[in-house]
Amino acid sequence: MKLSNSGKLPVKTQYFLSVLPVFVVSLVCFSFKNLIGYKIVALILLMTVSVVAMLFEILPVLLAAILSAVIWNFFFIPPLYTFEIGNTEDVLMFLLYFLIALVNAVLTFKIREAEKKARDKEEKEKELKLYNTLLNSLSHELRTPISAILGSVDVLKEGIQKLSSENQAELLNEIEIAANRLNRQVENVLNMSRLESGMLKPKMDWTDMNELVNNAIHKLLPTNHQFIFQNSESLALFKLDSGLTGEIVYNLLHNAVQYTPANSRIEIAVKHQDENCTITVSDNGNGFLAEEIPLVFDKFYRIPNTRTGGSGLGLSIVKGFAEAQNGVVKLENNKTGGASFTIVIPAETSYLNNLKNE
Amino acid sequence: MNKAEILIIDDEPQIRKLLEITLESNGYKVVQAETGKEGVIQAASHPPELILLDIGLPDRSGHEVLKELRQWYNKSIIILSVQNNESDIVTALDNGATDYLSKPFRTAELLARMRSAIRRNQTPNNTTVVDAGDLQINLAARTVKKNNELLKLTSTEFNLISLFACNEGRVLTHRFILKEIWGVGYQTETQYLRVFVGSLRKKIEDNPNNPLHIVTESGVGYRFQ
Repeated sequence: MKLSNSGKLPVKTQYFLSVLPVFVVSLVCFSFKNLIGYKIVALILLMTVSVVAMLFEILPVLLAAILSAVIWNFFFIPPLYTFEIGNTEDVLMFLLYFLIALVNAVLTFKIREAEKKARDKEEKEKELKLYNTLLNSLSHELRTPISAILGSVDVLKEGIQKLSSENQAELLNEIEIAANRLNRQVENVLNMSRLESGMLKPKMDWTDMNELVNNAIHKLLPTNHQFIFQNSESLALFKLDSGLTGEIVYNLLHNAVQYTPANSRIEIAVKHQDENCTITVSDNGNGFLAEEIPLVFDKFYRIPNTRTGGSGLGLSIVKGFAEAQNGVVKLENNKTGGASFTIVIPAETSYLNNLKNE
Repeated sequence: MNKAEILIIDDEPQIRKLLEITLESNGYKVVQAETGKEGVIQAASHPPELILLDIGLPDRSGHEVLKELRQWYNKSIIILSVQNNESDIVTALDNGATDYLSKPFRTAELLARMRSAIRRNQTPNNTTVVDAGDLQINLAARTVKKNNELLKLTSTEFNLISLFACNEGRVLTHRFILKEIWGVGYQTETQYLRVFVGSLRKKIEDNPNNPLHIVTESGVGYRFQ
C-alpha cells in the first residue's frame, strides 16, 4: 500500500483508512484498559491521530480526531458507556484532548501542504531551467548564423566597389555556411519536436546499410578527420526506417567530427547480431568522463567547456530515433582511448543480396 | 528564339521573387500566381512550358491543384515541398508530378531539374541511345558502354538501367520502378530494388560508395543522371 500517495486515493478510501486505525487502536486499548488506565489511552489515541494526519487529507483526519475523542469519552472516561464525565479534571482533559487532536491534525496537514508546494516549485524551477537552456542554446545557435548572414550582406551592400573579389567571394561563402548551419539547426529542432510530439511513426523499409553509412560519410566530406568504414558485401538488408537511421548515423559522425581533435580516426561498423542491426561508431579522441556518460543523451546537455556550436540536441535525437525503432543506444570509453557509440535496433533481415543474380 | 514560359504557383512573395530573378536571368519567361485557384486559371489561359507548384498553398492543397492540372495539362510540373516530407513527395509523384525540389533548394539543382523536365516535354520518347557522361546506353541494341567499353549486364540490370535512362534526370519512386520492372504485385518488394541497384552501381559507377549516376533520393526513390 502506497500511503505516501494517499492524496490520490479516492476520498471514500481515505475516510475508511483514517477511521479504521482509530477503531483498531481503541479496541486494543479497550482490552487492556485495566492495565494502562484511561489517561495513557488518550496519549495512544492522540498518537494514532497524528499518524493518520501524516497520511491523509484534512477532512478524513478531522473525522478521525473527533471520532477518537468521542470513543475516548464513551469507552474510557469514567463513568463508562456514557458521554458524561465524572470530575472537572477529566472534563478539562477531554477538552484539551479534543483541542490537541484538532490542532495536531491541522498542523500536520499544513506542513504536508507546504512540502508539496516546495516540491512543485522545485519541479517548476527544473522545467524552467531546461526551458532557459533551450532558449539560450537555440537563440545562440540560430542568431550566430543570422548575424553572419546579415553582417556579410551589410558589407556587400555598402562597399561592393571597395571589396576585392576575393573578399566578396569569401563573404558569399560565409553566407552559404551560415545558411547551411541554420538549416541544420532548424532540422534538429524539427526532429526534436517530432520526437516530443509522439507523432513519430517509423516507416520500415529494406535498407542497404552500406549505402546509408557511405551516404552519411559523403555528406560530411571534406573533413580533417579520417572515416574508416569497410563495406561488407555479405551484410544483410535490414528492415528499418532509413530516414531515421540515416539521421542517427549522420548525427553520430557529425558529433565525432565536432568533438574529437583533427585527424582523429572515426570508425564505423555495421553488423547483423541476434536479429538486430548493430551500428558502432568509435573514435580515438579524448573519450568521456565517467560522470558525463549518463548525461550526454539528455536534451540540451552539452559537455562543459566544449567548443561552441552545437545545440545539445544531436545525441538526444540519436537516442530518440533509436528508441522510436525499439532500439537502444550505448556509450562507453574504449580501452585504447576514445569513445564508442553503439546503436542496436531490432530488425528483420533479408539475405537476398547474397543470392547470385538471377 | 522565344523563351520558354514558366508558371510559378507559390504563396511566398520572397520565393517568387527569387525564382523570378533566377529564371529570368537564365533566359526563361516567368508568370506568377499566388494561390492555387489563380494558378489553375493562369495555366488554362496560357499553358506554360513548365509549372513550379508549391505543395503548401493557402487556399487549397497543392495536391488538389496538381490533380486538377493533370486532367488536361500534360507538360512538366515540378513540385516544391518542405524538407523531410517524403510521403508528401511520393504522393505528388504518384499523382503525376514530373519531379520535386525540397526547400531550401539550390539554384543549380533547380535549373538542372527544369532543363531535364523541359527536355522531356520537347523530345518524344523515341531516342534509342542515351548519353550520360561516361555511360552510353543503347536501348535498341540492349547494350551499355562505359568509357566505350561494353559492360556485361544481366537482363534485369539492363531493364533497370534502360528505365532509368528513359527518365534521365528525373526522380522515379520505388513503387514505379518495381511495377515497371517486376510487374504489378511487386510494388512493395523494395529489397529486390536495393539488390539490383547495388549490383548495377558496382558495374556503372566509378565509386559505388559515392554513386554519381544512380542517386538515392532518401525515402522517395532513385534519380539517374
